[in-house]
Amino acid sequence: MRETLRFILGDRPVEIASCDPTLSVLDWLRLDQRMTGSKEGCAEGDCGACTVVVGRLDRGQLRYEAINACIRFLPTLDGCHLLTVEHLKRDDGTLHPVQQAMVDCHGSQCGFCTPGFVMSLFALWLNEDAPSIARIEDALAGNLCRCTGYEPIIAAAQRMYRLNAGEREHFALQRERVAKQLADLCDSETLVLDGPDGRFHAPATIEALADLVLDHPQATLVAGATDVGLWVTKDMRRLDPVIYLGRIEELRTIGDKGNHLRIGATVNHADVRAALAGLSPHIDELMRRFGGEQVRNAGTIGGNIANGSPIGDLPPVLIALGATLVLARSGQTLSPHPEEPQSGVSKEGSERSDVSFETRSAIAPQHEGSAAIVRRELPLEDFFLDYRKQDRRKGEFVEAVLVPRLPAKALFHVSKISKRFDEDISAICGAFFLRRGADGRISEARLAYGGMAGTPKRAKAAEAALLGKTWDEAAVDEAIAALPRDFTPLSDMRASAEYRLRVAGNLLRRFLIETTQPMVQTRVAGLLAEAAHG
Amino acid sequence: MADARKRLDQETSAGPLGTARIHDSATKHVAGEAVYIDDVAAPEGLVHAYLGLAQIAHGRLLSLDLEPVGVAPGVLAVLTAADIPGANDISSTHRHDEPVFSTGAILHHGQPLFAVIAETREAARQAAALAKAVYDEAAPLLDVAAARAAGGELVTDPLKLERGDVAAAMAASPRRLKGSIAIGGQDHFYLEGQIALAIPGEDQDMLVLSSTQHPSEVQHMVAAVLGVGSHAVTVEVRRMGGGFGGKETQANLFACVAALAARKLKRPVKLRPDRDDDMVITGKRHDFVCDYEIGFDDNGRILAVDTVYGARCGWNADLSGPVTDRALFHMDNCYFYPAVRARSEPLRTHTVSNTAFRGFGGPQGMVGAERFIEEVAFATGKDPLEIRRLNLYGDAGRDITPYHQTVEDNIAGDVIAELERRCDYRARQMAIREANAASPIVKRGIALTPVKFGISFTATWFNQAGALVHVYTDGTVALNHGGTEMGQGLYIKVAQVVAQSFGIDLEQIKITATTTGKVPNTSATAASSGSDLNGMAALDACETIKARLVAFAAKHWQERPDDIAFLPGRIRIGAREVAFKELIAAAYMARVQLSATGFYATPKIHWDRKAGRGHPFYYFAYGAAAAEVAIDTLTGEYKVERVDILHDCGTSMNPAIDRGQIEGGFIQGMGWLTTEELVWDEKGRLKTHAPSTYKIPVASDRPRIFNVDLLENAPNREPTIGRSKAVGEPPLMLAISVLHALSDAVASVGGHRVCPRLDTPATPERVLEAVERVRAEAAS
Repeated sequence: MRETLRFILGDRPVEIASCDPTLSVLDWLRLDQRMTGSKEGCAEGDCGACTVVVGRLDRGQLRYEAINACIRFLPTLDGCHLLTVEHLKRDDGTLHPVQQAMVDCHGSQCGFCTPGFVMSLFALWLNEDAPSIARIEDALAGNLCRCTGYEPIIAAAQRMYRLNAGEREHFALQRERVAKQLADLCDSETLVLDGPDGRFHAPATIEALADLVLDHPQATLVAGATDVGLWVTKDMRRLDPVIYLGRIEELRTIGDKGNHLRIGATVNHADVRAALAGLSPHIDELMRRFGGEQVRNAGTIGGNIANGSPIGDLPPVLIALGATLVLARSGQTLSPHPEEPQSGVSKEGSERSDVSFETRSAIAPQHEGSAAIVRRELPLEDFFLDYRKQDRRKGEFVEAVLVPRLPAKALFHVSKISKRFDEDISAICGAFFLRRGADGRISEARLAYGGMAGTPKRAKAAEAALLGKTWDEAAVDEAIAALPRDFTPLSDMRASAEYRLRVAGNLLRRFLIETTQPMVQTRVAGLLAEAAHG
Repeated sequence: MADARKRLDQETSAGPLGTARIHDSATKHVAGEAVYIDDVAAPEGLVHAYLGLAQIAHGRLLSLDLEPVGVAPGVLAVLTAADIPGANDISSTHRHDEPVFSTGAILHHGQPLFAVIAETREAARQAAALAKAVYDEAAPLLDVAAARAAGGELVTDPLKLERGDVAAAMAASPRRLKGSIAIGGQDHFYLEGQIALAIPGEDQDMLVLSSTQHPSEVQHMVAAVLGVGSHAVTVEVRRMGGGFGGKETQANLFACVAALAARKLKRPVKLRPDRDDDMVITGKRHDFVCDYEIGFDDNGRILAVDTVYGARCGWNADLSGPVTDRALFHMDNCYFYPAVRARSEPLRTHTVSNTAFRGFGGPQGMVGAERFIEEVAFATGKDPLEIRRLNLYGDAGRDITPYHQTVEDNIAGDVIAELERRCDYRARQMAIREANAASPIVKRGIALTPVKFGISFTATWFNQAGALVHVYTDGTVALNHGGTEMGQGLYIKVAQVVAQSFGIDLEQIKITATTTGKVPNTSATAASSGSDLNGMAALDACETIKARLVAFAAKHWQERPDDIAFLPGRIRIGAREVAFKELIAAAYMARVQLSATGFYATPKIHWDRKAGRGHPFYYFAYGAAAAEVAIDTLTGEYKVERVDILHDCGTSMNPAIDRGQIEGGFIQGMGWLTTEELVWDEKGRLKTHAPSTYKIPVASDRPRIFNVDLLENAPNREPTIGRSKAVGEPPLMLAISVLHALSDAVASVGGHRVCPRLDTPATPERVLEAVERVRAEAAS
């Protein structure tokens, strides 16, 4: 056990012995360190004014990512390198190419969002050469500017690569040095940090995590904190204790198991996107629109599922794909818990005829041999019991998601509908999977929707309407007619019930057109529109 | 002053004025070194205030138990209306309808009831939520329809503009139609939220750092609330992290509460609401319902317009009077109405008190005007651009506005024609029509709309400004004026004027924070007037100093004053040239005063509101935009694919800054008309109170093809500073082109026979609804 938080701020090692588990990186910078360059614009990870860049070792490689400091808890930076807008300018006053380009292009007006843009651009500069305009827009989707209209900032993002190439070398050298320093900070001890308002645990192994989860049933499990962070900043909740999952390398791994992928619970959305993009360009596009870049860097697949939101974007897609959830817990208590729902076990496998996993052992994780961990698998759709209520039993945590590859000739489609195209939450998200038999008739249908009910949910009546039909307009009409039996959506600030139901049906039409009339344009923006229409 | 303007006109080619200069704070912005109020090093003993808010929209506060607040950890004091030594009143138009804290009547959800002061902001914020309020709840009136149904109580006097015999003209019109458009509001979403830091001094002095566009008003409000003279209060603003009108009156509350707490506790107090509270408490752009009747002929020429603009003003008057007035001032946009009647209806509702927002009612008025055009176009089966052109202001007989001002500087027709040519409008329109025929799902639309925006405060007395210029003995200059910097580049523009006037480099000028202690009785930096007014005032100060320097040099070097000229970096005195610094040093030794105030009052303007007649605007700024969009008729999703803009800045003082205003204003206007939707629930609670639910444009929303040009060789016909034109607000309304491009795309599903009548904001949901309605009407 280690009781000191250790990370590097700029070029300065920091050690902290006492700290509240939910102290935000932003408040620590601004209030404690008096580093006021990073700004608070919204305290919910939506405006990006607080953007900082965090370096961490990922399987030995130093990796830098832009994140929102306002909803990130300071103790989660253990073993990381934190860079803020104050760290870019050289001591002699020379601006970093990112900064100089922003000045040259008139990229700031009121200047309040500017430090955040600079840091998002800095992360882009560090990680990518010659990004396309579309990619620049993605990298900036999590940064709001109310003054410039973005045009000069996009220009700066292009110009920054043409300035002061020597700066690259400087950062390459720094990178080497920092990688060594961070390697020295790595250990397999559980970090335990106490603050006046609570305790923070950061185990380094699954076993240690399992024990902690069992011992602290009231604990809040946190990875990227892109949602939990808001419980603190918006609802003013005190969380005690907090168990952080981000130090456990096994949870961050993606395994290619042939017919499926095993994605660890704390794989962030950026990596999930990379892993799932090959399955379907529709998933790539959905993941591109997942939050802003900072949220994609921090948020995790496990968090998006375990949080149980009815409007999370991954669950509908994973349900349509027929994904399986792996829940783990400590083997210390093998006796049955009377309060547990039993349905989870009995359901296991019963609706999985469509997914042909080879054997249990073939999909078992690395720790299968360890008697200390007990695992349970269930179809993802069965995990969501009711609004914000999931089938997670005492001591359990989401360990991984098993995502089957799409069978050849399967039809697959994803659409996300929101008020604003990028960095918005779904009003409706639809993910559809169809297979046809040798006779051309639909033999299997999974139509999963987000935003239509209290949980991500399949449209069973609409699916039934499709089964046995040929994939044509008549079949789609019948499925659409069945949707009101599946869903009674709500009206809220994102959309009315009428719009949700109407569009839920129209997305099936879009699916049909895209799979039967590929020359017809159906999308107005995003990767799919650009791929189809240049 | 007249001489000064003339001289500057002649010299514009020689100096920094008219050239693209970076924002004076740009290098500080990018390094995180620009100091906003929350970044100011905390004064010793700083404590934090937070507001406790009403949880109902309408009713009476029966009891308020503040004990749990007072005993919460870290809490030092709890303040209510009873603690106010002066007036519990911050109504900016002096109608006494806006208390700091409620004394019983609850008029909107989120109305401040009390403030709690604690050692940390977090402690204050936590404690504020602990109050136990008991209410006698009444049904709230939440929108225009509800307010009208309940009798239509007004927050301020309505305005009527009338010219000609509307009833007769309407009756005589070959064709007539009636309609209505709902025009949504808009949250400012300045990135830096409201904030104030109050520091008590000796006697009853109070220094307030406020993020405000109107330091003088904050000064007056703080003085009134504290019950002291204005001379005891100093308000300072170095910069705002965005304002957009949202900090014209809305900063008053936060400054007054911080000052009240600082007085009570005798300690510095900072008040910064979180984003959600900021959006719940502060006013927004007014939403309107515009009902209209239009008379026109078969060619599409408008003969009569009769219209009522009803506005959701919220719980108090605030600026709703001038805002709804300005809506009427722009219900003509660029079009001549032979007979016209326009009435405003500033309605009281139990919602946040709507306020100034870039354009100040003008955009809403203009959205109405463009709807009138669209209606006539669809009714006559003509192209909307043709109808626009047909109805433009013209020569004598067609050049009088509904408020009886003659349009003397009309260039709308030229701007439209030039933009139409540059963006290849006609050919693209034809191509789009053809492409739509072959595209069953995605439909494209295109529209070109003009803008004519009146420049000057319609409250004539606000059209004045002051400046203070010090020249130090080393030749460096300290510049101060009444305008505030909110990102728009006012400070650099005024510094350019001073540099130009003295012939010195910008680096020699220190731009100092706006403060009521240096320049008194200032107007809000609003109405796009900042550089017009403060540029002239600064120039006046420079000219005063220069006149003294000329007199001194003439005497000292025995030359005629006419043989003395300020050149870049030097002064020519007869045959010799003297460096500016050298002249200043010599003048000081000769006891010449090197500091001066400057003043400016806009000429020519007058306005009789009761009669609805006058010359309220010094001049008009023009522009035009062409937008092309694609909509998805299955989901209502859309993308703005291309925008071309030609905008009139007169002779631009700083083309880089002006371009920034045009691009930024356009995108902000586009957000207002598309994705920015304010939603209140049936209890009057704002549901869109953070960026997670309130969607301003992001980088990918801007058009990938975005051609922005400043109109060339177009000096202001009036002798404004450098012959420039105001640019803060007018470009926002260029975004109306997006609304009409969306409408054009929607109309395509009905063969362009049915007017889509899109309300705003045109969210994907509204677009889909319009698509289905048009399709159904076209089929029937």
